[in-house]
Amino acid sequence: MADLFSKFDPLIEQRETLLSTGLTDPFNLVMERVESPTVAICNGRRTILLGTYNYMGMTFDPDVVAAGKKALDEFGSGTTGSRVLNGTYQGHKECEAALRDFYAMDHAMVFSTGYQANLGIISTIAGKDDYIILDIDSHASIYDGCALGNAQIVPFRHNDLEALENRLRRLPAEAGKLVVLEGVYSMLGDVAPLDRMVPLAKSHGAMVLVDEAHSMGFIGEHGRGVAEAQGVIDDVDFIIGTFSKSVGTVGGFCVSNHPKFEILRLVTRPYVFTASLPPSVVATAATSIRKLMHGKAKREHLWENSKRLHAGLRALGFTLGTDEPQSAIIAVIMPDLEKGAAMWEALLNEGLYVNLARPPATPAGMTLLRCSLCAEHTQEQVGEILGMFEAAGRSTGCTT
Amino acid sequence: MTDRDQTLGKVKALIEPFNKKGIEVTEATRFAQDLEWDSLTVLDFVANIEDEFDIIITMNQQAEIENVGQLVDAVGQLKG
Repeated sequence: MADLFSKFDPLIEQRETLLSTGLTDPFNLVMERVESPTVAICNGRRTILLGTYNYMGMTFDPDVVAAGKKALDEFGSGTTGSRVLNGTYQGHKECEAALRDFYAMDHAMVFSTGYQANLGIISTIAGKDDYIILDIDSHASIYDGCALGNAQIVPFRHNDLEALENRLRRLPAEAGKLVVLEGVYSMLGDVAPLDRMVPLAKSHGAMVLVDEAHSMGFIGEHGRGVAEAQGVIDDVDFIIGTFSKSVGTVGGFCVSNHPKFEILRLVTRPYVFTASLPPSVVATAATSIRKLMHGKAKREHLWENSKRLHAGLRALGFTLGTDEPQSAIIAVIMPDLEKGAAMWEALLNEGLYVNLARPPATPAGMTLLRCSLCAEHTQEQVGEILGMFEAAGRSTGCTT
Repeated sequence: MTDRDQTLGKVKALIEPFNKKGIEVTEATRFAQDLEWDSLTVLDFVANIEDEFDIIITMNQQAEIENVGQLVDAVGQLKG
């Protein structure tokens, strides 16, 4: 009998080699207690969280928590059903209303996760004879959306305007086209030139979908994302987002002004064939989204934090993913997986959690220590974080 | 020299910068097994092929192409 698991042998071996050195498994961390958006107890010790995407720190907001408790009491623990059958409660409609108000758009559709939002929308709107033109560094959920559907897939070099233009120019003029972009790319924390790419796509007759998962609540005057900040949001056909970052819970969504948008509720399989979000989750999401509309002071503090961490890490001699801070993600580039894992463990021992990211999730085979800041990180915590990086960098030989 | 020979010559020239092992490239050379290219190398290489011949090779079409000869045939068809 052929063992179907033999294809995983190289990965199993790589893990065993890494862990046999006594290293803590970077992909098996347990948060024993969570004290706040920025502090948890891991391995019995107080740990500053710098890798949670909890950008706006809404997870412990008293109004958000209260809304969840109330919904749990009044509507129960779960819907046990699809959105198109018994799984649409008052709370789901209120959550979609909050999204329409937040983005000032006509339609909003809530999915059970952000992953399913990309999976569903992309696989459904682009059919067999249509083309999906996407950035090579797109998130796994975008690639999986392409794989679930049967459109023709055309990737272009990351953030390369000319590469996008060449591909759009070579495609049949009459063919249906969907250009898929991200506001912030989550690995290096860099921003897309949407102000150039969106008009370019439109001039070639393409529809445009922008995933703003890592910018919602933070970037743009109203926190609507990079498309808003760069002045092209009115030309974006579909914005995909998530509740698991700035909103502080779980779930995903698509907002749009397309006049026929509502039909997607009947034809999008990852929307139809799964249970809807629990009432407590949509209640926390709706409350959080409405509070994010007024988050200007928090947004400014988060920018301050990001700039300070970026400048501080640079001064310590680390190589970063971007020359300037472009988002709340600061990626520290490690020379290889061994050094990256050692540095990750040294930081954890100092009392700091960051994400260890490695291929295939990362571009160009890079190993990254990805830091995501929170508006609730205090100035003192950012100072503490820099001290921990300094100590860990020295003890592992990553910096001198 | 036929059109196909010309295309083969250009394809071979575009393979060279990525031919890390310095193997001899023929029409039977396979991209994954012989040249040992990973997915990122493939994306870079395909972008260069697309620009050289002013064509698009979708990821769907790429999945059907295993060796140099098949790529040359595909380029010939796509050039029309």
